Amino acid sequence: MPLTQEAVRAWLQRCAAVLEENRDYLTQLDAAIGDADHGVNMDRGFKAAMARLASLNAPDIGSVFKTVGMTLVATVGGAGGPLYGTFFLQLGVKTANKQELTPHDWAEALEAAINGVIARGQARPGDKTMVDALLPALEAYKAALQEGASFAEALARSAAAAEEGMKATIPMIAKKGRASYLGERSAGHQDPGATSSYLLLQAAAETWADAA
Amino acid sequence: MVALVIVAHSAKLAEGVRELAAQMTQGRVPIFAAGGVDDDILGTNAERIRAALEAALASGEQVLVLMDLGSALLSTRMAIDLLPEEQRPRVRLSQAPLVEGAVVAAVEASIGKDVDEIEASAVEAARMPKVV
Repeated sequence: MPLTQEAVRAWLQRCAAVLEENRDYLTQLDAAIGDADHGVNMDRGFKAAMARLASLNAPDIGSVFKTVGMTLVATVGGAGGPLYGTFFLQLGVKTANKQELTPHDWAEALEAAINGVIARGQARPGDKTMVDALLPALEAYKAALQEGASFAEALARSAAAAEEGMKATIPMIAKKGRASYLGERSAGHQDPGATSSYLLLQAAAETWADAA
Repeated sequence: MVALVIVAHSAKLAEGVRELAAQMTQGRVPIFAAGGVDDDILGTNAERIRAALEAALASGEQVLVLMDLGSALLSTRMAIDLLPEEQRPRVRLSQAPLVEGAVVAAVEASIGKDVDEIEASAVEAARMPKVV
């Protein structure tokens, strides 16, 4: 069964809840190598997005994602604002006028979103950023679909790849953002952005566990 | 006339830099501040920056944006992407340090320099000896 707007909204609600639960954890990760605000920023941004969605009568799934993206750029505050803002705006572009998303639709939307993040932040794999969680997740998702996996199975493999990618950021030396000011001292810490990216994709796998 | 936009993580910082640069030019140069997520929360806000860019574009032919650090650049680029496409080439991002750059840029703009000349002078401001 394809994803409905209701399912998309359920994912976003779950994201907001997970970011609230992990607010202090993300902020601690960011305190080690950044400016100690990623958890607070993401929690604030998603709370604002949920408040706006609550009163939004969206004609399609794209409008839901665009509303989230525009809210995040104005409320997150750190680099996560323009980066996650771009992520959701690009999801919105690819899902404009859609009432449902098939597994293939999700692959296209996710690919556009991740390409948007890369274009916005100019980060490459290995730079210790969100991209290190997102790109492996996209590749795992597409590979799973090609092998004939169900929607739910592909989402689960995508989340697992994001988790591995997140953990792989620990020994990396940051090349982007505040963490890059630390140079080699950034090694040994997990990247907060890769962590929040994993949390969002894990939330998708959990929320859409019955998607076929 | 070139207009300036000041982007900083703190609304107070952006407003303070605007005030300092405006003092040098007695209001002859349009300068707009876009600091903070809002007036109380540190960070940058692409929506706020977009609004400042629109105001600056309405009062100058070209706009030079002076930024502080970190997400200021990403949020400013995002804000430019939120502008109508034909307006985007009128906005230029400065390499200059925020305070010295803004003051020098305001002075240069007030004497009618073009955006390339203003940017060159603002960048040069970083090399001016501070302790003499």
